[in-house]
Amino acid sequence: MRIGTILRPALIVVLIALVLRPTWFAPVFAPFAPAGGPVIYDRASLLSLSLSHLTLVVLASAAATLVAVTLAILVTRPAGAAFRPLSRTITNMGQTFPPVAVLALAVPMLGFGAGPTLVALFLYGLLPIFENAMTGLSTLPPATIEAARGIGLNRWQRLIRVELPLALPVMLTGIRLSVVISLGTATIGSTVAARTLGEVIIAGLLTNNTAYVLQGGLIVGLFAVLIYDALVQLEARLISRTGG
Amino acid sequence: MPLPRSASALSPPGLLFAGLGLFLLVTPFMTLAANRIVAGEGLRAWALAGPGATGAGLAAIVAGLLFGAQNVRRRLRLGGAAIGLCGLFWLIVRGAPALLDGAGDYARVSPAAGFWALLMVFLLLMADALAQLSPGPLLRGGLLALGLAVLALLLGSGVLSDLSIAQEFASRKSAFVAATLRHLGLAFGSLAAAALIGFPLGILCHRKARLRRTVLPMLSFLQTIPSLAMFGIMIPILGWVGASVPGARTLGIAGIGFAPAFLALVLYSLLPVVGNTVAGLAAAPPAALEAARGMGMTVGQRLLRVELPLGLPVLLAGLRIVLVQNIGLAVIAGLIGGGGYGTFVFQGLNQTATDLILLGALPTVLLALVSAIVMDILVDLVRATPEARP
Repeated sequence: MRIGTILRPALIVVLIALVLRPTWFAPVFAPFAPAGGPVIYDRASLLSLSLSHLTLVVLASAAATLVAVTLAILVTRPAGAAFRPLSRTITNMGQTFPPVAVLALAVPMLGFGAGPTLVALFLYGLLPIFENAMTGLSTLPPATIEAARGIGLNRWQRLIRVELPLALPVMLTGIRLSVVISLGTATIGSTVAARTLGEVIIAGLLTNNTAYVLQGGLIVGLFAVLIYDALVQLEARLISRTGG
Repeated sequence: MPLPRSASALSPPGLLFAGLGLFLLVTPFMTLAANRIVAGEGLRAWALAGPGATGAGLAAIVAGLLFGAQNVRRRLRLGGAAIGLCGLFWLIVRGAPALLDGAGDYARVSPAAGFWALLMVFLLLMADALAQLSPGPLLRGGLLALGLAVLALLLGSGVLSDLSIAQEFASRKSAFVAATLRHLGLAFGSLAAAALIGFPLGILCHRKARLRRTVLPMLSFLQTIPSLAMFGIMIPILGWVGASVPGARTLGIAGIGFAPAFLALVLYSLLPVVGNTVAGLAAAPPAALEAARGMGMTVGQRLLRVELPLGLPVLLAGLRIVLVQNIGLAVIAGLIGGGGYGTFVFQGLNQTATDLILLGALPTVLLALVSAIVMDILVDLVRATPEARP
């Protein structure tokens, strides 16, 4: 992909500049600001907002991955088989819950701030990872598992050395979906007073300052697209390595 | 009921639900607050009303959990879920007036965490029991209609009107109706627009591999852009269109409101529609296409009579994804003046008024769930037909 090789570094440079040197872009955003109003968001440093946004997403996704993969392993063992239909129902029904609603419903129980956002991101992030991990672990080629048993690997060794590595690409797809949803939901988290890049967009919406809206929207959008792209590359590399 | 002796007579998920449910029974079931804003005091289920009223509800909940835990009679598990739900609502209906009695004019009662968690437990028990019985699409449709009818009866009869969320509703009846219509308009309107654009685009992509290689990655990048950013970026674009294209403003196209929300939703919908159209058309077995070609069908005839009917379940599955996704995303429209249930959610968040948040969030969740179930039934129905009709 030739477009990618040029576009990717260019977008990364633009994103870094937008976050670290926002004032460079003042002429670009000036036409969208209200007459005489501020053009560049300066109520908080964009770098610290970006870092706290990404920290929320990383923490929630890491926790969700750990819990979801553990649950998927348990459910795909013979002892957990009775829970398989139930877990499928929960993932199907749970994913119809809008992320915004999960966020809004977390507030009455946990109050405002980063807490409810983190919980909502974690809960919602579980579902795609669990679904994909379960698919990955339950659709392994039987011949491979048989061969692993044949060379004398016990259950634990089979899981660690054969099943998990083979299921990894499918699991990564789930993690990618979950990270992308988390990035978006964390943006809305600023409506419940979590410090995220959504703050810039919300501030723009509240003061009718389209320059803020565009600035925040561009940064969040670029982060999402670049992270998504990086995870896709990682998956492609893993698939070509396992020869899938 | 004779006690089940062997382990297989018990349902492991049912046991989990029973343990969880019994634990949840000792958590606060309802909240009594002095007014709309202050935090209330949590009350346990047995402290809601006199022992005669709470006893029956508690007994129903415990019985429902026990019926759900056995695995001898599977229909009884479904019955257990229904009995448990009756118990939950009985406690709410009897508890609310008893708590409000003498508590002051501004006092508010609302269901607390215990109620919501138990509601979740019984709904999951019901779903688990149903999955075990695996009813056909028509029976599932009937059960859904029955469930909605009971819910409508419960809401319409006024027995829940003492609850604070009902009071929020009562003071906003016309706004609620307007928000419902707007929410449905956003979700279904964008679905229709996405189908109009997406199906032809998907068919083109199916034919031309080069187009497919550019369009699908572009659409999936579009899908990754966070919703708030997408809605925000639409504002200057549509503001510019509204200001510079003659006649656009009279059509209601402007920077804030319905138009940017609608366009953002359409953009989000394109990937599932186009992607599933391509996947559905590609799923036609080569033998069927060969046979159609052998019969002398033209390209158009093959598309209409072979590829589309065979791919219909996958196409519908794409529409299911879009509908559920858009019902959720339409909430964000509330932030850019686009209306819908999001208006209540974000107003509620601003005022820290929990009941107002619920007034927006609960109908959204219900709408999404019902749409998902209905679309699943439709997918099953069309999947069944081509095999029945050779």
